[in-house]
Amino acid sequence: MSAEHVEIRAGAYADSVALLQVSRDVAATPGVTAAQVAMATELNLEVLATMGFTLPPASPNDMVVALRLEDETALAAALAAVDAALAAARKGDPGGGQVTVPARTTASALRRAGGGLALVSVPGASALVEAMDALDAGCDVMIFSDNVPLEQELAMKRIARQRGLLVMGPDCGTAVVGGVGLGFANTVAPGKVGIVAASGTGCQQVLALLDAAGVGVAAALGVGGRDLSAAVGGLSSLTALDRLDADPSVEHILVISKPPAPEVAAALEEYAGGLGTPVRFALLGAGQPDLTAQVEALLGDLGVAAPTWPTWGEPAVGSGEGGALRGLFVGGTLCDEAMLLAAEELGPIRSNIPLSPELALDASLLSPGHMMIDFGDDGLTRGRAHPMIDPTLRLEHLARVAADAETSVVLLDVVLGHGAEDDPAAGLAPAIAAARAARTDRGGPPLPVVVACVGTAADPQGLTRQAEALVAAGAEVHLSNAAATRRAIALATGGTR
Amino acid sequence: MTSSPLAAPSIPPVAVATAGADMFATAVAAQALPVERVDWRPPMDGTVEDIAVVAADPIRKTANDLALSRMLDVQALLVGVAPASEVLGLEPGQFLHAGPPIAWDRASGPLRGALMGAAAFEGLVEDPEDAAALFAAGTEVSLEPCHHRSAVGPMAGVVSPSMWMFVLEDPASGKRTYCSLNEGLGKVLRYGAYGPDVLTRLRWMRDVLGPLLGEAVAATVADHGPIDATAILGQMLQMGDEAHNRNRAGTLMLLRDLAPALVRSSRSAAEVAEAFAFIGGNDHFFLNIAMPACKLMLDAGRDIPGSTMVVAMARNGTDFGIQVSGTGDQWFTGPAQLADGLFLGDYGPDDANPDIGDSAITETAGIGGFAMAAAPAIVRFVGGTVPDALATSRRMREITLGENNRWPIPVLDFAGAASGIDVTAVCRTGILPQINTGMAGKVAGVGQVGAGLVTPPASIFPAALAELAARTRARG
Repeated sequence: MSAEHVEIRAGAYADSVALLQVSRDVAATPGVTAAQVAMATELNLEVLATMGFTLPPASPNDMVVALRLEDETALAAALAAVDAALAAARKGDPGGGQVTVPARTTASALRRAGGGLALVSVPGASALVEAMDALDAGCDVMIFSDNVPLEQELAMKRIARQRGLLVMGPDCGTAVVGGVGLGFANTVAPGKVGIVAASGTGCQQVLALLDAAGVGVAAALGVGGRDLSAAVGGLSSLTALDRLDADPSVEHILVISKPPAPEVAAALEEYAGGLGTPVRFALLGAGQPDLTAQVEALLGDLGVAAPTWPTWGEPAVGSGEGGALRGLFVGGTLCDEAMLLAAEELGPIRSNIPLSPELALDASLLSPGHMMIDFGDDGLTRGRAHPMIDPTLRLEHLARVAADAETSVVLLDVVLGHGAEDDPAAGLAPAIAAARAARTDRGGPPLPVVVACVGTAADPQGLTRQAEALVAAGAEVHLSNAAATRRAIALATGGTR
Repeated sequence: MTSSPLAAPSIPPVAVATAGADMFATAVAAQALPVERVDWRPPMDGTVEDIAVVAADPIRKTANDLALSRMLDVQALLVGVAPASEVLGLEPGQFLHAGPPIAWDRASGPLRGALMGAAAFEGLVEDPEDAAALFAAGTEVSLEPCHHRSAVGPMAGVVSPSMWMFVLEDPASGKRTYCSLNEGLGKVLRYGAYGPDVLTRLRWMRDVLGPLLGEAVAATVADHGPIDATAILGQMLQMGDEAHNRNRAGTLMLLRDLAPALVRSSRSAAEVAEAFAFIGGNDHFFLNIAMPACKLMLDAGRDIPGSTMVVAMARNGTDFGIQVSGTGDQWFTGPAQLADGLFLGDYGPDDANPDIGDSAITETAGIGGFAMAAAPAIVRFVGGTVPDALATSRRMREITLGENNRWPIPVLDFAGAASGIDVTAVCRTGILPQINTGMAGKVAGVGQVGAGLVTPPASIFPAALAELAARTRARG
């Protein structure tokens, strides 16, 4: 038997929106078929009448509680629901929502930060719009993302150049601005050298060597690996040169690049000639000095004697017969540099980033003869993290290479600094020990392993600690990639040490 | 060559904003520099290429800066009240409606109901029910969006020649916009009701209220100058109104400004008292001034090639449409959504018509749902809380080009209302504009059934973006 309950609560008040919600909550109570809790305004009384309720006289300052119930027994629960809902409406939701919202765009984040620099590492297809947010806010941007279409790189660099802003990247791994390392960057002391780098690990090698020589760095501005290509024409390098030239604390500038387009290199050199700050170019290529030699030349400019570059461990011992050199790199420029050096002595080097197209490796990354692999190349980082963060792929390949009887020496790089693995030696040292042991199990001498360990004394991972852990596993360790490469070449050509 | 306006590279940046891998943000924070992280997510499906094309458009920034500044520079003054036949040149048989263009065959219940009521009001038919055949035939009547005639209309938004209109003007440009007078809540024409009470009220508005307001506004303009709707809107945000679903303070301020002229008018004391009671009893009266004030602002931002700013959001009860500065008068439409909210009496979701009305022009201009933080009294419309309201207003800033410093919101530490919806930002973030709205019954003649919150259909933003990208590519 259905029942009705109508009561007037004189002087009770809640706002109309709160009461709509109270009504909804009460109507959802078991045993209640209809509920309207409302101030007794003319409009609400009309609504109540259309719902079929008969109402006693009431003023707009009274609250009406009108309930239709399945039967009388539901009344107590329904009234309790009314009181609970009214109490909840007064208190609001004690759970409360979040009053702040996260920034969803780089524009928003820069607005909140009050300006600064943007660091973009979203998927390549979405990098441009985040970078444009920075340029629109009058800020420089570093783009770590790779796989950014070339025409997009060109579009944003043209706009940036017009506005005097710097686009570091895309595919820029390393920058140091005011002593702050961005991306994969080493901890360096402040100083008077400014670096423009179209090469992340090349820049890191230079930072490491300068640190070892006791020379500080004012800034290292990455420009992205394609900046000195014919298509991009060095747009970011020009702005980076302007910036460093205008910075009173910069007294010498070093430009580092993977092999550039010759006309772009020539134009940049001409431009640099017009600046007030001396500029040295360290441009990798066949027949060009390696990075270590370039740093030594820069030290000469600075009037600083080049030190003996640090090494750790005993010189590796080879079989004396030589064989194939297998280089497994996380740094693209380090791989490039090693190939340029090795090709002069050993001839063709197969690679996933070959010096000439006919030397390209297939997807197995295995082939007879000398071979060097860049595990940080775009083709090997799709769908997985960079090998400086996730070493799995290289460690697997190290075991494969060690099992190959043709391998006479393994050349590796380890790159320290912000952004890289917390403790790369923790994974690599056991893998090196296993690789060496794989050879002795078959009765031969241990497989020689030479490592270029690129880092500075103040890097979070600890340069000495990392080098010593690798030495303990049987590796010969160098700070200079060129020096490490030369040792590997010697071992591959039959030198025992 | 350009000289750098920036700090030397040997000086650390004041902060780093990071989008992408969190480890880089962590590494920067570990070097004791302030870091602001972007909560980055992939953009709406299929938009990634168009976003890049539009973002790389060299004229986009200048165009958006211009669109936003033109919009924010507008001062909307109430300069008159006059019949639509006079100020819009509407002829008998011509009807305006809310939203993007629509014909009778696709019109929703409330739009049909309002048109039928308006036809009877204009004397085209005796009984509103007879008007259906008139509109179905379409030979003696014509339909056109309010937006195509510099006008806006709440809910069904039907305007016929005899209805009186508020006239808003920007003194700098001389441009004008128009909106009919608000009828109140409940069973009213704009919610699709067309009963005898509705028509009686419309006739009183035509014969008494309209002429009386026309006289009072003219006298006020003569004595004190035009009524500054933009300034009143700024005051409203300080007084708990968001100027879409809450217009209580605005209505009272208007009444205050007009009271002396109303009292001194040529009308009888009884009629003046009726007008006072009607306006004072209708908390939404000012909505019909807020809307054309917003339209006046947004119209100033129209037709700027390269601009991605939304200049209109409007619904006709069937379709939700937007117009964008850089794409001219083109409408991008999708199905109007059902609001999520609270219902009057026995009404429930099944009784509600999809979203309807030009009133989303308030959100387009940065108030309404965008200024929810200013109106905590109405946040419970969707079971929301005051923190939700604060978060909503802040979230809307993620999709706008700027803020309106004439409209500061006290509880947000006087941040200006988030203004100038950016199509690109909507597609990037997937954040849809939040609209506060009334709900009309879906059957013609029912009237209002509730109120709540609604968003546009997501698809119309990628559609607008695609057209912007096509125009960018065409410019080369």
